[in-house]
Amino acid sequence: MTDFLQYLFSGLTSGAIYALIALGFCVVNNTMGIVNFVQVDFVSLGGMIMFSALFAMGLPMLPGLLLAISGVAIVAMVVERFGLRPARSDNHLVLIFLTVGLSIILRGLIKLIWGKNRMALPPLTPDVPIKIFGASILPQALWIIFLTIVAITLLTWFFYRTPLGLSMRAVASNPTAAAVVGIPAGRIRLTSYAIAGALGGLAGVLVTPITTLNYDVGVLLGLKGFAAAILGGFGSFPGAILGGVGLGLLESLSAGYLSSAYKDVVAFVVLLLVLFVRPKGLLGK
Amino acid sequence: MLQLKHVSKNFGGLPALSEVTFGVPKGQLTALIGPNGAGKSTLINCITGVLQPSSGNIRFQEREIAALPAHQISRQGISRTFQNLKVFSRLTVLENILTGLTCEGGDSMIMAMLRLPHLRHRERQLKLRAMEALDRFGLTDKANWPAGILAYGDKKRVELARATVSRPQLILLDEPVAGLNAEETATVGEQLRLLRSSGHTMLLVEHDMALVMDIADQVVVLDSGKCIATGTPGEVRQNPLVLEAYLGRMDATA
Repeated sequence: MTDFLQYLFSGLTSGAIYALIALGFCVVNNTMGIVNFVQVDFVSLGGMIMFSALFAMGLPMLPGLLLAISGVAIVAMVVERFGLRPARSDNHLVLIFLTVGLSIILRGLIKLIWGKNRMALPPLTPDVPIKIFGASILPQALWIIFLTIVAITLLTWFFYRTPLGLSMRAVASNPTAAAVVGIPAGRIRLTSYAIAGALGGLAGVLVTPITTLNYDVGVLLGLKGFAAAILGGFGSFPGAILGGVGLGLLESLSAGYLSSAYKDVVAFVVLLLVLFVRPKGLLGK
Repeated sequence: MLQLKHVSKNFGGLPALSEVTFGVPKGQLTALIGPNGAGKSTLINCITGVLQPSSGNIRFQEREIAALPAHQISRQGISRTFQNLKVFSRLTVLENILTGLTCEGGDSMIMAMLRLPHLRHRERQLKLRAMEALDRFGLTDKANWPAGILAYGDKKRVELARATVSRPQLILLDEPVAGLNAEETATVGEQLRLLRSSGHTMLLVEHDMALVMDIADQVVVLDSGKCIATGTPGEVRQNPLVLEAYLGRMDATA
């Protein structure tokens, strides 16, 4: 029982991170119809900016967190505005390959600025494990779960309660009709990148104290987030959350009860099986 | 109000429109008719920026709009409906109508996110106007349904409501009664008449000749991408070129 709780919590923690990254993939997919591979570097960049905010600028945790999130959001907007939009293309393949290239460029820049060394980011609050029914949980894990819920709540509020959110859903539903009712596609794309950047940055700040921080830490995490998005149904927000948590739980349970060597294997075999049965993912349309 | 001069559109060398020239006078209902494939929808798409004309000028209220992107043309006050429905199927009916007003939220969209009090008031007003539009088109009881599950006729009405809610200067209607039964057609005709009497300028693409002859002030006839006749419904009906386009050439040798 204690073991199970332990695995459950660790699964929820990594699941929350995957969900954040998956949501970032979905936001861009919904407004532009593409897979944005730069998402993985938004994660690394979030950790890096947090590192500089804490150690170079000496900021406290909360301002550092906000700076990291908004910093990545701004970089993401720059990526869209100056990396993708000048292509003036609606061809998805062209845009997707551009994101691959931009991802490599951004990763290179991160390597150039922060170097190749592994760094350690401190957790948001001191690392004293909390005992819950015999399972020991790091405060950072609780932060991850809590802030992920906050982010999802904010995102829901944004999409369902603000005019800009409504416009974004309109573009996702029918881009031509959206343009004809006067919704500017450019601003919507820019906003979707900002949101994707903020989500990726948040994931990076939250996860790197548990993993380690280096210039390509986001690549594997991003791959998992991408898999989570596909598992849930690419483009579906509830699907991204379900896929993320599902993938996290699968990993931690199989690592716990089978062998940690097989955790990725089990997770991805289940992913494949789900996609054989439901090619559009769990909640895909 | 809307002036087209020598508008042409080619699709990979195939001319869909060639040198189309006509005007849509303010406050009138101009009907655009022609056989299938005449280029009517292409023309509407060119006016609204969904397509870019290959050459020619489109002036709206003395402003050249041929090169503008669709959302900016919409912001000049041109709205439209689509022949093959384009409702936002994942949004509710009410949200569909509200998108027709986002244009008016205009540049304050970012500001609206901050939910400033006067904007919140504005938002209520917008919602009120959207509800009024739903009422006009008899959709009130379906306001919170996802638009995707509506019946065909209701989707057409959602599009009409969305296109008219912002009180645009010019409304382009691409076959608003296609696929509707006689009763529904009569209702839409009534709504169009109401819109015209309230001073809206409209360009109507339609195959239903009874409706066109009944409500149009001016008729423009398009055939194979060329404008072959312009005039009142009575004049156009007598025009031999038009009869030929619709009925085929009455050849002496035949």
